This record gives sequence, structure tokens and C-alpha cells, in this order.
Amino acid sequence: MNLLKHISKRTIIIVTFFIFLAFSFFADYTPGVTIGVNFKDFLLQMVTILPPIFILIGLFDVWVKKETIIKHLGEGAGAISYFWVFVLAAPMAGGLLPGFPIAYSLHKKGARIQVILVFLGAIGVGRVPMLFFESTFLGWEFTLIRVIVSIPLVIISGIVLGKKLNNEGYKLPEVDVKSKKK
Amino acid sequence: MYFIYVLSVVAVIISFIADRKKTKKAIKIGAKKLWNITPPFISILIAVSVVLFLVPNSVIVEYLGGSDSYFGVVIATLVGSITVMPGPISYPLCGILLNKGVSYSVIAAFSSSLMLVGVLTFPVEKAYFGKKFALLRNALSFVIALIIALVFSLVSGTLI
Repeated sequence: MNLLKHISKRTIIIVTFFIFLAFSFFADYTPGVTIGVNFKDFLLQMVTILPPIFILIGLFDVWVKKETIIKHLGEGAGAISYFWVFVLAAPMAGGLLPGFPIAYSLHKKGARIQVILVFLGAIGVGRVPMLFFESTFLGWEFTLIRVIVSIPLVIISGIVLGKKLNNEGYKLPEVDVKSKKK
Repeated sequence: MYFIYVLSVVAVIISFIADRKKTKKAIKIGAKKLWNITPPFISILIAVSVVLFLVPNSVIVEYLGGSDSYFGVVIATLVGSITVMPGPISYPLCGILLNKGVSYSVIAAFSSSLMLVGVLTFPVEKAYFGKKFALLRNALSFVIALIIALVFSLVSGTLI
């Protein structure tokens, strides 16, 4: 019931937004048009990035065995896990937003909390396409220093936070189960 | 970005050759997961496009331009945390800031928090990982951005 309330509120926001956009374009209301163009740009970016990512998530779901993930990214897997998630994050497109469902799938297959935290951090600091952009505009010295400083910070904070959550018996929400209810 | 397309197409072809049924199932699973997450994604895109209108590049340049102090770093981290920008927009903006004489530490604070902290994406993060996880991860990432900025203020002039 709570979920239903949530969805209807969201629907109202979305519908209102589109009415506002339609009005703005019709009346040539500049702020509205600017917001509309922003929205279109972001939407296009997500529409182009998300479908292949979710196809990969689907393939990951059916092909990759839980034991494999537990062995390399699970509780007993050791420090090499953090290397793997940086490799995994390196070619990622689109930033944190598409990263969340990937991290969630990894966790569902047995990756420990520390590992998915470091994975999210790796998406933030170590995506190769972004490194090219960054070094083009800010110089390779900047990129090099930032990467060298960021990587240990991301790993340490992921381990510390993950351990804390584990000690408290933290469980991630069941997204797929929740969405079935509606 | 093309990489992800090449990768998924190749993966689907290999998967299809190996097992048709499994591949169909995989695509169904992917499509269903994408469908489930679409409404929250749309609301976030709405929030992002409104915030980017309220905080346009010119305002960011004005606020961060010239500020060189610790105060500037904190402001930059806050701005980076609440805005969401794709790399092709944010890095040219960082280049503009650099040309305006903004210090490396302020730019590092801005770009790092932009990439690590997501105030606008918080609802999606919360849906996947729970409130506590999302809250603490973002708070820690905020601190990480500050530390990166601090390192840059220490090394600027010598290493960069």
C-alpha cells in the first residue's frame, strides 16, 4: 500500500512535468524550454546507455554461476576482489546511475558489501572514458594525482563501511521482490 | 559508449549460439529489470534537468571562480554533490574553471564529488541498497572528495 502511494505520487510529478513542458514549448517560456532541452539530453543519454547494460545484466544473471562470484568477490575472496571491480568499472558508461543495478546484481550473486561499495567508488574515480576527458581538459598530471589519491581512499572507505554494515547485520532491500508486488 | 554496445551484441551472439533458451530468458530478465527501474529514473532525470537549469554553468563559474580558500573547496564539493552532469559536459566546465584561475584543489573537489556523491540519485540508490547504505556511502564519498582536494592543495605548486 505504501508502494502504491509512492508510485501515484511519482506519476503525478511526472505528468505535471510533461504538462509544464508542453505548456512551455507552446508559450515559448524560456526556463521551461531550457529544462525541456536538459531533460531531452539526459533522457537520450540514458536511453542509449541503459538497454545494452540491462541486456548484459540479464546475461550475467543466467550465465554466471553464483559460486564463481562468491569465489572471486564473496566473503572469503580476499583483496584481489578489489582489483576485479576496478577492472569491471573501467569501461563503464554513464556514471553511478547505471552502476547501481549492476552493483545490485553482483551482490545478489554473492559479492560482499565491501566489494560493491568499492565498485561504486571505482565507477566514480576510475572509468577510462572519463580519464581521457579529464586529462584532456585538466592535464595528465591532474588525472594521475587524482587517481593515485582516490583509489586507496575508495578501497579503504568501502572496506570500513562494508564491515560496519556487516557487523550490524545489514541486509539490502529485495528490489525484485518489491517490484513484483505491484 | 560504443564499447558497451559492441560488448553486449557480441555477448548476446555468443550466448545465443551456446543456448537459445537461456539467451531469451536473459533478455527477458534484463528488459523486466529495466522496466522496473524506469519510473524512478525518469523522476531523477526530471530533477537533474531542473537543477541544471537552476545552477547553470555560468553560475558555477561565478561561484567557484576566484574562490581559493577552504571555503571554496567546501562550496565546490557541495555543488558537485547536488549536480549531476555527464563527463562530456563536466570536464570542459572544469577546463573553463581552470582557465578562470580556479585552483586545482577546488576543481578536484568539484569533479570528485560530482562523480562520487549523488544527492539527486539518492532515491534510486536507496531503492537498491537501503537508506543507511546510501546515506553513509554518500557521506563518506563527500569526505573523500574533501581529502582529494586537500591533497591537491598540498601538492599544487610542486607536483602540478
